[in-house]
Amino acid sequence: MSNLGQNKFWKSIDMPIILLYITLVLIGWLNIYAAVFDESHASIFDLEKNYGKQLLWIATALFIGLMVLLIDSKFFSVFSFGIYGITLLMLVAVLFFGKYVNGSRSWFEIGSFRLQPAEFAKFATALVVAKYLSSGVKMERFSTKLSVLGLIGLPMGLILLQGDVGSALTYVAFILVLYREGLSGMVLVIGLLIGIAFILSLLFAKAAILISIAVITAILLYNFRRKKKIIPVIIAGAALVATMVVGFSYVFNNVMKQHHRDRINNLVGKEIDIKGAGYNVNQSKIAIGSGRLIGKGFLNGTQTKYDFVPEQSTDFIFCTIGEEYGFVGSVILIGLFLALLLRIIFISERQRSSLSRVYGYGVASILFLHLFVNIGMTIGLVPVIGIPLPFISYGGSSLWSFTILLFILIKLDANRQNIVK
Amino acid sequence: MNIFFERKYIIQAILIFTCFILIVRLFYIQVIDDSYFLSANNNVLRKLTVYPARGIIYDRQGKIIVQNEPVYDLMVIPRQAKNLDTIGFCKLISIDKNEFIIRINKARKFSPYKASIFAKQLSARAYASIQERLFDYPGFFVQNRTVRRYPDSVAAQVLGYIGEVDENRIKKTNNYYQIGDYIGISGVEKSYETVLRGQRGTKIIMVDALNRDQGSYEQGKYDTTAIAGEKLISSLDLRIQKLAEKLMRNKKGSVVAIEPSTGEILCFVSSPTYDPNLLVGPERGNNYIKLLKAPEKPLFIRPIMAQYPPGSIFKAVQALIGQQEKVITPESRFPCNGGYSIGNRMVKCEHNHSPLNLNESIAQSCNSYYCWLFKKLIDQGKYGSVEKNYLVWRDYILQFGIGKKLDIDLPNELGGLLPTVGFYDKYYSSGHWKSSTIISLAIGQGELGVTPLQMANTMAIIANRGFYYSPHLIKAIGKDQVKKETYTTKHLVKIDSSYFNVVIDGMQQVVDHGTATYAKIADIAMCGKTGTAQNSHGKSHSVFVAFAPRNNPKIAIAVIVENSGYGSTWAAPIASLLVEKYIKDSISRPAYYIDRLLNADLIHPTFTETKESH
Repeated sequence: MSNLGQNKFWKSIDMPIILLYITLVLIGWLNIYAAVFDESHASIFDLEKNYGKQLLWIATALFIGLMVLLIDSKFFSVFSFGIYGITLLMLVAVLFFGKYVNGSRSWFEIGSFRLQPAEFAKFATALVVAKYLSSGVKMERFSTKLSVLGLIGLPMGLILLQGDVGSALTYVAFILVLYREGLSGMVLVIGLLIGIAFILSLLFAKAAILISIAVITAILLYNFRRKKKIIPVIIAGAALVATMVVGFSYVFNNVMKQHHRDRINNLVGKEIDIKGAGYNVNQSKIAIGSGRLIGKGFLNGTQTKYDFVPEQSTDFIFCTIGEEYGFVGSVILIGLFLALLLRIIFISERQRSSLSRVYGYGVASILFLHLFVNIGMTIGLVPVIGIPLPFISYGGSSLWSFTILLFILIKLDANRQNIVK
Repeated sequence: MNIFFERKYIIQAILIFTCFILIVRLFYIQVIDDSYFLSANNNVLRKLTVYPARGIIYDRQGKIIVQNEPVYDLMVIPRQAKNLDTIGFCKLISIDKNEFIIRINKARKFSPYKASIFAKQLSARAYASIQERLFDYPGFFVQNRTVRRYPDSVAAQVLGYIGEVDENRIKKTNNYYQIGDYIGISGVEKSYETVLRGQRGTKIIMVDALNRDQGSYEQGKYDTTAIAGEKLISSLDLRIQKLAEKLMRNKKGSVVAIEPSTGEILCFVSSPTYDPNLLVGPERGNNYIKLLKAPEKPLFIRPIMAQYPPGSIFKAVQALIGQQEKVITPESRFPCNGGYSIGNRMVKCEHNHSPLNLNESIAQSCNSYYCWLFKKLIDQGKYGSVEKNYLVWRDYILQFGIGKKLDIDLPNELGGLLPTVGFYDKYYSSGHWKSSTIISLAIGQGELGVTPLQMANTMAIIANRGFYYSPHLIKAIGKDQVKKETYTTKHLVKIDSSYFNVVIDGMQQVVDHGTATYAKIADIAMCGKTGTAQNSHGKSHSVFVAFAPRNNPKIAIAVIVENSGYGSTWAAPIASLLVEKYIKDSISRPAYYIDRLLNADLIHPTFTETKESH
């Protein structure tokens, strides 16, 4: 590559995304420091502590990101199935050789180094779905749907076998990708409704749900009042959800045995661990709620500092932000994420290559699902599902995989003038 | 660009809408709902009461009588005490599960959010073993307290005891006290409560999820320090207090010794006594019930609550009044005849003296002499009527502090019994009584009740030749050694000091070669008077009062040994040992002399029988 070419290459990289990425990673690092701050290890570079280690993960992640940018973008197209295959193998292998952590067998342990293959399966799946859907298949065909379902379902199933329900659930995000690529909106709506109805029927009183459904239906009817065709669909959907809610709770309470109920409660996050999911969520809400409008300030969050919140540097890292920076800080963080997501969609839509576009939507969907589920769980909107907040949560595997996920898109985008097949 | 291009708007809408939901929810829990903020404080902040150390009490030589010892109360915040390993916890503090449930329910009833005491006053050792494991038990923490400790286990009734304040007291003091506070319940602890208690402080600390102390909140900005209670210097002399308690062991009675020149009480024994340490610590309640039920009534403070007819010791007072009223002179003589006859009744005298003068009448304790004297005072007085004469006489007695409270710094003092004119008017009907009707008073018997404190105080008055300071147990309060005004006020008895010598002469003879020669101390001129207080319930009480030395008296003393017979047998030798110990700081008597007193058991019947012969 000539000097001129190199210059052009760097210029073609989308700087807003890079800036958002670096901002989020640094926010994560500072908040990990605040969350597990220990006076005897006051240096943010202390490698014995999570914050010191996170710096190493950040440095290596940047290096990996750079490597991704330097690889020829054809590589990701050509080897998409290869990468997918390797991650599947790793997912299988971890079932046999993995180490149990928190009840799921999803980690490889090599010395003090731990690796979670499920994290890497995310970008591999995004890539392979992009490759498959851009290969000229027609979404309307049943075989296409089945194949895509298989591509997504395979890693999802393997991860479920590890006992990592949270990571498996993130694959639901691909519904958005499929919708963008032509899957009927009805599938999206019905799938979503079933899921919501199921969880709602377990978590809330029936009456509250039925009222909500009525309100939502009314709003939808008003919005779509000009599209006569949709009105019966909305009404049917509402009736369906209402029936399901009543049905689920009937089956759950009257047909199932107690141990079944326990398992399902466990699955949806009710009574999930020894101290009770109620404890975690309650403490998490207390931490965030006590931040009030502007928060308690850096390192002044008592709830996170004194360990009232569990998993505070990983899955519950948002508590630290909520407590120390309050509502303002929380909104800024969500704003940064939203900016990133919208930017990714903007980038995706400017791709000439459909592989790049599909992949871009994959990235956005995965990040979006993590954002919603993770923050939603800390504020009691979503059952406790143990997945990280992208770029913010402590952990090498997740930071690396999200970095690779994002940087492949940046690479593909930088190369958008050359159509990748 | 493809046909589903417009779907990007729906997807963007979903993203924006979802983020909006998150923000709305955050707005609710962070900005609108206060409860999370309060819960956070509840999680982290612990308001600890810093209990002040109670004032220390010293004896007159600066030796500690009462000090403080750290103990640890195990506190619980019921709402946080969840998911406990109950069995392990019960083992740790050695209670059973039922007890655990009872206590936790009690605490919950008080408040699920506030700390209440779960186990009181753990010893330092129990605390050490619990402390290591406490982090396993969220909701539990330990609060420091101090309890009283009595190194010499003496002066139980003087010092009294402290206990947890009750609801009534809290209300009465306008909530100055809080549940769990200690308050003086009896003795000096009660009468000097406001001085001893000090001032509570508060400390707000932060704790982590495992309830471990994480240091003070906001650098202690909201903390207040506890101010320790002021020290008290007692007038007691531990040397004779200890000796007196030993000598009074297995005897019922009292010892009160006063420094005449100040009214300071040197020795204050109520026997049987008890170890004040029994009323401290977790066993306090049980011990208290035992003491309350004990037949010897150790909680009864005899020196200020027991009242006896004073007997012969009253003669010294009568002699002084007689002289002041000028009905006798030292050389006045009255016939004895072995008794004083009133019609067919007779007040017997132990002896059949030839007519004695005043000095001799005291030395030999002639009953007849004092009946004649009393007749002169009451029937032939110069105030016009028996009633008026009696009133004057009674006023003299009151001046001696008999028949009224002396305002000692102890609660529950009784004033004794000294009949009013009204009493006799009612009893015999007005105008139908005279000296012969109430002749028992002449020799200190009958309707008289005098406390041991009043007896000792009477001796102090004679030793001082006519004045006294109210007897008291605390000679100085606090660093500045303040003395209560009550105890610096001189009470004068309206009897000319010149009249005392003849009485004192007689009292010296009592000791030198009278009824109390057994109590004579080498090199010390002691003046005393034995008494035998009649007791309708059984054997007479052995009484001895004295002061010494005759010039510049250092100590006035009263000893009563109940149901033990003559004053000379028990009371006088006990008093004499104490006087010698106090003045010379050593005892010159042979061992058998002391041992007889130490070993005598006059309470438990088997022993009493053998001593009957005295």
